[in-house]
Amino acid sequence: MKTFYRVVRILVNLFLLAFAALTLTPMVWLLAATLKSPDDLFSYTFFAPRISTFNFRDLFSTVPFHRYMINSVFVASTMVIVQLFFSSLAGFALAKYDFKGKKPIMILMLSTMMLPSQVLMAPLYELIYRLGLVDSYAGLIVPGAVSVFGIFLFRQSILQVPDELLHAARIDGCSEFRIYWDIVMPVSRPMIGAFCLISFMGTWNSFLWPQIILHKTERFTLPIALNQLVGLYQQQYGTLMAGTFLSVLPVIILFMLLQKEFIAGLTAGAVKG
Amino acid sequence: MATRPTDISLSPARAVPTSRWFVLQYKMAPYLFVSPFLILFAIFGAYPIVKSLILAFYVTNGPKSAVFVGLQNFIFLLSDDDFHKAVWNTAVFAFWSVFLQLPLSLGLALLLNSRWVRGRELLRLAFFSPNLLGQVFVGVLFSVLFIPQYGLVNRFLHFIAGVPLDTKWLANPNLVMPALVLTSLWMYVGFNMIYFLAALQAVDKDLYEAATVDGANAWHQFWAVTLPGIKPVAVFVLVMSTIGSFQLFELPWIMLNNSAGPDQAGLTIVMYLYQTGFVTGDLGYASTVGWTLALGVLIISLFQMRVTGAWKGGD
Repeated sequence: MKTFYRVVRILVNLFLLAFAALTLTPMVWLLAATLKSPDDLFSYTFFAPRISTFNFRDLFSTVPFHRYMINSVFVASTMVIVQLFFSSLAGFALAKYDFKGKKPIMILMLSTMMLPSQVLMAPLYELIYRLGLVDSYAGLIVPGAVSVFGIFLFRQSILQVPDELLHAARIDGCSEFRIYWDIVMPVSRPMIGAFCLISFMGTWNSFLWPQIILHKTERFTLPIALNQLVGLYQQQYGTLMAGTFLSVLPVIILFMLLQKEFIAGLTAGAVKG
Repeated sequence: MATRPTDISLSPARAVPTSRWFVLQYKMAPYLFVSPFLILFAIFGAYPIVKSLILAFYVTNGPKSAVFVGLQNFIFLLSDDDFHKAVWNTAVFAFWSVFLQLPLSLGLALLLNSRWVRGRELLRLAFFSPNLLGQVFVGVLFSVLFIPQYGLVNRFLHFIAGVPLDTKWLANPNLVMPALVLTSLWMYVGFNMIYFLAALQAVDKDLYEAATVDGANAWHQFWAVTLPGIKPVAVFVLVMSTIGSFQLFELPWIMLNNSAGPDQAGLTIVMYLYQTGFVTGDLGYASTVGWTLALGVLIISLFQMRVTGAWKGGD
């Protein structure tokens, strides 16, 4: 029996390792592809003996790729800050206050989460057009400034803040906003980390709405810029891969920094609620 | 923790300030805090919902002109072959997402949760990592991985299973869907596994001990303890991944080079919505397609919750 368990243990571990290797292979290939010259790209399956920076030089000389990266960083960071503020504020209100209309608001939020966002795409575009926000970052950011998912996440975590803590602050004469700012936010730090990453990824990777709203090339964010690049330089795989690599790198770095909080935040609503 | 000292006595002698301003700001605070959400929802949520319901009964040409046509959009939907194709493709994709992806995710989570595993954290990270890449970036990457002759997928499958090197995944109508399913497996198996794993780790350990004492083997334990324990999360994952599958757009759109692919083999409902609304310019018909999708997704979600017993009708 003991040897049987040892064999099972080894097999399970081997299988999981193989599966992990298989999962990581496309990303390793991507990294390798960016570092190969066009001649080497398909001659070597993964890394070539000589490292070439051709793809990156080609990428930045054919399109203003740095511009797209700056655009994406700007749009995603602004979105994170705005969503973080509005969502945590509303989450705080729904977690710690009793007020008229609280229940209808909760029901409203739940039902908006059920509705596929694409349903609203056509009238939303019409509205943005009438507001004169087509081809502006405001048209990108304002409609998504509050995240319903974020409100739920923050409500969930702020529920666990003890009421005595808030009451003590009130006795000291703290205004409600100062309670939010000086007490609730500092103790919610893990959820803030998780939400920042979720929100950043959502905006960074979003394609359909920016594709509809943004027209001028110099305003493009990375997903639509890369999509355009595919159309223009279809056969220059190395250059495309360099663009893809630079587009996913910031999210991967951010994830490395925040991964513990991220996974806890991701599953918090599902497991507890 | 808190930046302020927390040992203030809560004796009745120390009460909350009673100045008019303090009472007012206390009473108004929750309304002020939810108002950004309510205002933005009214403008960018409620208005578009009503408007899209109205638009569904119009034929439009861009945001400028609209003609009322009554139920004609919905009637046209019934005989629109492109729409039927889109529904079929999306349903096939959703089917494989549920019946291939979720069992695989659960299986991985079970293995990862077993006490034999070393380096659990790192493995979890590895399985999850593809989900960090957005669908657009994955689409570009896999459109290259799937190319004939040189692509990594063909090389790998040729090596292990003798699949011909010149298999044209994205140019052969019969292979487009398998390529999409394979790519989404890569993206989402680890993502769903995170949920299953969290649920497995939350199952009460005492229940397993009790079951062992009662002489239940691993198989019985799985059905009697594990499955009921993770059921709420499993239903959540099932519903969410079905909804997600029905919203598929970016992956095929990018992989098939901004088209529906050969023979429209990669046409999805949202892709069709995008094409009619924003390429052809008929925002009215796009709204009709959108509401049909919303209604379909709602019915399927309720059906799933009903069948799994997570939702009982009449409640």
